[in-house]
Amino acid sequence: MNTLSATNQLHEKNNLLDVMSLRKDFPILQQTVHGKPLIYLDSAATSQKPQVVIDALVKYYQEYNSNVHRGVHTLSEKATFEYEKARIKVQQFIHAKYPSEVIFLRGTTEAINLVATSFGRSQIKAQDEIIISEMEHHSNIVPWQLLCEQIGAVLKILPMNDAGEVSLDEFQKLLSPKTKMVSIVHVSNSLGTVNPIKKIIQLAHQYNVPVLIDGAQAISHFSVDVQDLDCDFYAFSGHKLFADTGIGVLYGKTALLDAMPPYQGGGEMIRTVTFDKTTFNELPHKFEAGTPHIAGAISLGIAIDYLQKIGIETIHLYEHELLLYANSLAAQMDDLRIIGNAIHKSSILSFTLSNIHAHDIGTILDQDGIAIRVGHHCTMPVMQHFKLPATARASFAFYNTKQEIDQLFESLDKVKKVFA
Amino acid sequence: MSDIRELYQEVIVDHNKSPRNFHVIEEPTCKAEGINPLCGDQLVVYLDMDNGVIKDISFQGHGCAISMASASLMTEFLKGKTEQQVRELFDLFHAALTEEGTISLDRLGKLAVLMGVKDFPSRIKCATLAWHAIKAAMNHINAPISTE
Repeated sequence: MNTLSATNQLHEKNNLLDVMSLRKDFPILQQTVHGKPLIYLDSAATSQKPQVVIDALVKYYQEYNSNVHRGVHTLSEKATFEYEKARIKVQQFIHAKYPSEVIFLRGTTEAINLVATSFGRSQIKAQDEIIISEMEHHSNIVPWQLLCEQIGAVLKILPMNDAGEVSLDEFQKLLSPKTKMVSIVHVSNSLGTVNPIKKIIQLAHQYNVPVLIDGAQAISHFSVDVQDLDCDFYAFSGHKLFADTGIGVLYGKTALLDAMPPYQGGGEMIRTVTFDKTTFNELPHKFEAGTPHIAGAISLGIAIDYLQKIGIETIHLYEHELLLYANSLAAQMDDLRIIGNAIHKSSILSFTLSNIHAHDIGTILDQDGIAIRVGHHCTMPVMQHFKLPATARASFAFYNTKQEIDQLFESLDKVKKVFA
Repeated sequence: MSDIRELYQEVIVDHNKSPRNFHVIEEPTCKAEGINPLCGDQLVVYLDMDNGVIKDISFQGHGCAISMASASLMTEFLKGKTEQQVRELFDLFHAALTEEGTISLDRLGKLAVLMGVKDFPSRIKCATLAWHAIKAAMNHINAPISTE
């Protein structure tokens, strides 16, 4: 789609997306901070929760709190039913083939650790190679480093250019019969880059190499179809998808998950236990040892319902318009340097302003009620690439408005005056 | 509500822009590195001691305006002070920023401009970083110290 037709479509779609009305669904957005209306531009760190999600959490604890898959009593059956219904909602949302390919975990970090530990230790050997990219979040670096240290495998880094893009040619050069795993981020949390993961998956599959996609920053912004992508694993967190913290998802293809040993031992993940031998439960329970975050999973299902009512494609177009608008204001501001200029970008604006430290920017903006993220964003190698200690990052969700972006830039003007 | 100028006073902006004693002392009596993982602030404080008295003091590094200005002001303030005085001033400065109630700022002189930081709890570590480093240097700790 070219930019012009994207914009035209947007004017129609914008009529569909009534932002001011949607904002009323988010009680937290109705408050003032330091006497100013809260402008929340930190959804990439965690998204705010609509009332329906908050209500679902309360309802669970008020009406049917009980353990899942265990009791025969009414409450337990209700909890199990709602918990498993949430799994089906996730399955349909990401277009997985079976609900049993959806494993509920604490979040993206735990999902990656599960694959690195369970798949990694059972199927990757000394001298084998694992490819990650230069723009990974620490949670998609450290689990692989730990694995490499334990088993003597080698971590290979797919470099990025100064726009924050990886090259498929470079990727092809790294692939070899030694490659046993590729783990790459769908959308960079510190740059906004949308990676060409479908092509990356195709190339990796030519070597029969499985691919894990870190979808933490993608899942709330555009439609994800794991079967169309043909990814082997896809990980994301509920709290970035308008649901509770402490709940996340690992999608994995059945054949791979079946072949993997359990990640943690405990209740729920077993079929029979004797002191001689334990047999394991079927998918997905094999990977869900212990009592899960039941309320969190249910809240995730409700958040997905909420998003689908708005329309994920509508959200995508609206957020893209917000990004273009922010880019246009950024271009007019002297001394503002955007970090991350990929052609395909999600609604993340990472930047530096003159030589003012990001934390000073963050503190001054906070006084105007504007919440942004400042720091290295858990992507220290990205900061090293750009030779920066930190950046300021504004990230936009569908509940943000152009007016809020105007205020962001007014406040940045103030920052410049303080340090003039 | 704190006005942002209470935090970023002219003196602080000035010391951030042109930090004083911002260089390496080639053969220091002691030195120590301070790191604030939250902000990514990183600095090294160098001391040239003569009979328990600070003959020369300097720092180098990078960080936010609060950490840079605080380090710069500290080096100006501590030149000529004894080790014992430095330790007392550390306690006083630290208490003034972190403890409830009013602590007399008379002995802190120019450093009082940093008291606006008290209203910004997440930034107190920025203001105290250089002080932690000098204390570590005096304790002859060679490993980098962290505010975390």
